[in-house]
Amino acid sequence: MTLLLSVLEQGMIYAVMALGIYITYTILDFPDLTVDGSFPLGAALSAVLITKGVNPILTLLIAFGAGAVAGMLTGIIHVKLKVRDLLSGIIMMTALYTVNLRIAGRANVPIYNMTTLFDNGLVKGIFKGSLAAFSNVVIILLITVIMKLLLDWYMNTKSGYLLRAVGDNETIVTSMGVDKGIVKIIGLAIANGLVSLSGCLFAQQQRYFDISMGTGTMVIGLASVIIGISLLRKASFLQVTTRVIIGSIIYKACVALAIKLGMPSSDLKLITAVLFLVILVIGMDRSKRKKVA
Amino acid sequence: MLELQHIHKLYNPGTINEICLFEDFNLSIKDGQFVSVVGSNGSGKTSMLNIICGSISVDAGKIIVNSVDITKQKDFIRHRRIGRVFQDPAKGTCPSMTILENLSIADNKGKGYGLGRGTNKARIEEYREMLSHLNLGLEDKLHTKVGALSGGQRQTLALLMATMNPIEFLILDEHTAALDPKTAEIVMELTGKIVEEKKVTTIMVTHNLRYAVEYGDRLLMMHQGKAIIDKEGEEKKAIQVEDILGTFNQISIECGN
Repeated sequence: MTLLLSVLEQGMIYAVMALGIYITYTILDFPDLTVDGSFPLGAALSAVLITKGVNPILTLLIAFGAGAVAGMLTGIIHVKLKVRDLLSGIIMMTALYTVNLRIAGRANVPIYNMTTLFDNGLVKGIFKGSLAAFSNVVIILLITVIMKLLLDWYMNTKSGYLLRAVGDNETIVTSMGVDKGIVKIIGLAIANGLVSLSGCLFAQQQRYFDISMGTGTMVIGLASVIIGISLLRKASFLQVTTRVIIGSIIYKACVALAIKLGMPSSDLKLITAVLFLVILVIGMDRSKRKKVA
Repeated sequence: MLELQHIHKLYNPGTINEICLFEDFNLSIKDGQFVSVVGSNGSGKTSMLNIICGSISVDAGKIIVNSVDITKQKDFIRHRRIGRVFQDPAKGTCPSMTILENLSIADNKGKGYGLGRGTNKARIEEYREMLSHLNLGLEDKLHTKVGALSGGQRQTLALLMATMNPIEFLILDEHTAALDPKTAEIVMELTGKIVEEKKVTTIMVTHNLRYAVEYGDRLLMMHQGKAIIDKEGEEKKAIQVEDILGTFNQISIECGN
């Protein structure tokens, strides 16, 4: 039961990040490594702000904003300075490592016994007795669903249409008299905002910040997106964003299972990487789309 | 009035592959004129369109529209008054979006892309009406992804999208070249109809001499960055395919194709 809850909790937290990667990887066709820096960026901000006693909901907004700025900078490096997409992300990711250390002040910040999204008077009042174990999962579900609905809404606006168009066919965006570079920058900003918000949630759920938290963010996000899009292709009655969220939960469950089966938890990143490879290969077999690779 | 003045363009300057495409190229196109452009490969037809649209820059010279110099204007700003259809049907539409979504994007051109609903539900009937005039059955496929359509259907849709909004210039870059003869005929007829209705200044590059002769009120044949034939008005009307075929063969042989 505890295992199931922890899979759901972490799966859905990572799902918010995976939604961001869905924007860059699937829609924009942009392999954005910034996420390995913007995830801990959200976490660092979260830890510091919570320590200072800032309202937990406000920390989510601040984390989203900071992530969006990071994404915007990656976009500007790529679009305005004409650096290749992969390199732009790597530059930002490396720079963010220092930024995150500076924000947090040190490599590890615990936030036990403080008012967070999951530990506060209101939550304690609502979830009493045997319900207490479910408080985290309900709160995370709520936030993840809100983010999904917001993203769905945005994708159906005029601006969202252009975002989808720019990854599909850049020429058409120019033909519509719009600067395609700006559209890409907006996409990267939203994506990294989501990733940073996910990091913010993660730090509060884990009750600490660690500088190495971001390593492998890209891999986890990509795995979730590929499970959601390729492996759950048959479930086309579900919206893509829903499938990405389910993908993230499935992925987290696989990792949890591997650890349950006796792998030491220090092997986590290796398991993450190998599982991703397996999913990538299965995904390629089942759909002949080149893009998966 | 669209004017190209003293255009110079070198490709790969300073290398062994340096190609001088335009050397003091001049052209002026009156408002409402429909110019058909033919020519050998590498004669500068498509480069000329790219220069007008801002997709490639010029080394020297000016591009002037209604007495305003737009040489330094960015491509996406120029496209606000240009509708453009490419040879590749994939370039004029978004394959992973539905017909309705594609039309909605085109419909919003020039009106800004903010946070309003992407598709205006009140316009759906009008879109259906527009599509039904094409006689391709697209009006029943509004929710089909454009990637699932045939090349001809996509190109027709691209043409519709390019001309949906008021534009000053219609740029057609061999837009029938990738289609089978029958579809090409349909797209060309539709093009003629749209240009007639909208009275839009049109530049059409084509490899089909018959289209160049049948359509448009001015004919340009390009060779090595120069217009070697330029006929308009009555002179253009009198031209038969046979008249230009000789010249065309001659320049094509020179180029080795």
